Amino acid sequence: MAYKISESALDAIIAGLSAQCAVYAPRLLAGWGTSSDVDIVGYAKIEKGSQIAFDKKSMYSFKEAILPISQTLFYFTEDEMREPRPAFAQAVVFLRGCELHGLSRLDDVYRADGKLDFYYEQLRSNTKFIVIGCEDGFESCFCESMGASGVPACDGYILSRGDGYVLISNFDELTDLVKAEKAEQIDFTPVPAKNTLKVNVPDEIPEEVATSPIWDEYDARCIICGRCNFVCPTCACFTMQDIFYDENVNAGERRRVWASCQIDGYTDIAGGIAFRKTKGERMRFKALHKLKDHKGRYGRNMCVGCGRCDDVCPEYISFSACVGKVAKACKEVGGNG
Amino acid sequence: MDNLYKPFLSKILKVNPHTDIEYTFRMEYAGEVKPGQFFEVSIPKYGEAPISISGIGDGWVELTIRRVGKVTSELFESSEGKSFFMRGPYGNGFDLDLYKGKQLVVVAGGTGVSPVRGVINHFSRNLGQVDGFSVIVGFRSPEDILFSDDIALWKENKGFTLTVDHASEGYTGSQGMVTKYIPDIQFKDINTAQIVIVGPPRMMTACAGAFIERGVPEENIWISHERRMSCGLGKCGHCRMSHKYVCLDGPVFNYADAKHLVD
Repeated sequence: MAYKISESALDAIIAGLSAQCAVYAPRLLAGWGTSSDVDIVGYAKIEKGSQIAFDKKSMYSFKEAILPISQTLFYFTEDEMREPRPAFAQAVVFLRGCELHGLSRLDDVYRADGKLDFYYEQLRSNTKFIVIGCEDGFESCFCESMGASGVPACDGYILSRGDGYVLISNFDELTDLVKAEKAEQIDFTPVPAKNTLKVNVPDEIPEEVATSPIWDEYDARCIICGRCNFVCPTCACFTMQDIFYDENVNAGERRRVWASCQIDGYTDIAGGIAFRKTKGERMRFKALHKLKDHKGRYGRNMCVGCGRCDDVCPEYISFSACVGKVAKACKEVGGNG
Repeated sequence: MDNLYKPFLSKILKVNPHTDIEYTFRMEYAGEVKPGQFFEVSIPKYGEAPISISGIGDGWVELTIRRVGKVTSELFESSEGKSFFMRGPYGNGFDLDLYKGKQLVVVAGGTGVSPVRGVINHFSRNLGQVDGFSVIVGFRSPEDILFSDDIALWKENKGFTLTVDHASEGYTGSQGMVTKYIPDIQFKDINTAQIVIVGPPRMMTACAGAFIERGVPEENIWISHERRMSCGLGKCGHCRMSHKYVCLDGPVFNYADAKHLVD
């Protein structure tokens, strides 16, 4: 059911929600940028509606709410191995439509073949997802081209409009809070986001594209910082990291931390062997995962066209431009792109 | 819900040192397991490492480990009667039934001998199950030779070749890369012969090429990949090649499929 709500009503609703569970949303994080006095928009807990950044795209995606950058899997003492308590028992995450499409890609990986991931499930299955509506998207968005502009089935939807907000609630706890504000019911159906940036996405990418010269330019341009992976809502890779405490070497922990396929060490094996030594090869590995290989395994493109990697790259490498280059390379090798 | 990352404790039944840096650990394990599969050896506070199963017996598995990193160095501090954690087995492993009744050729290099040791041992003891059995095993130098005890048994089969890449003067055994000995193999029926190749990536490519040149169909060639892994469950992403995860879909691949996989 859709409701028209005011700013003060939204504040009260979010305050009510955050009294019951953890509420995460994109919000302005003053001074959190890597340079001094630079603000970013990122995911953090909120207590009131006015903290939600409706007018900007977050730098990092929602994924850190359910797939933390560093997550402890076990605490070790001499003879014991103990799982930590989950970060939250229940949570609500406000996220963009493209990110909810991104969630389905994370599900592909973490829920594949019935092999559920204990830690992912602990957070994922106890989270409600409320989509923040985008009517026009942002400059670098290309979700429409990637087929990820629609609003998938979700627990709620909120759209910021000149005269307040439209809120759709699909779960009781939220509906009760909305009703307590005596919000007016309205007829409303969310519409897919529209983008100005249009990208030609190839349906099928022939194998030969892997050896196309289109990847060579990234040898010179990419500085293998891995930011593109870390802001991506669909990058799911991690590395195990064991530590022991300096103060007491008999105790320690095992963590998993986000990994980047662009960074040295990602493929190193015993005997000094590493695969994909050049930056171009690493870009190719990432790009073809997003546009071909995930689809080959799970039936849908991994990239959702959120454009975060374009926004964050210090070398102005554009993934949407790369998609276009892949489509062109497909034609050159005789594919149907 | 089961926590698939939680390792179990396994007792060290025997330690067999091959070289200063290569030991075989016989570990207590009762479940079903196939040669070519692997375990994640899991040492709290040090980390995890995927290790091939180099031997299988009643109530035990063997893991041949080279001391190269943090996890493996810590393992070398362990001794008989102690225990360490592991999880698995993971991966598809070799399907021995596929080779039965056919001529079988196994080519392995260096630590690549570990994952096929179970295959070689099985058919060395059951020669009647295959229609001809050749084995070419290569190591860098005589000092790097692994599984000397097994090699003594394997040598009884006249189709066995042990070679080293380089040796100092006075070494009387065969020398040269494993590929040097591929032309010597006598095929009874090149269309049905099965080839298993395990070793460093460049060695596997060179050997597969040599067999294809001799007329072996690609579908009859099997290789086993080694890649970095953090989970063994198809989630961490490190071992992915194209749309396949080496930990789930491999490490054993048919060459006709494997040649299409891009790192």
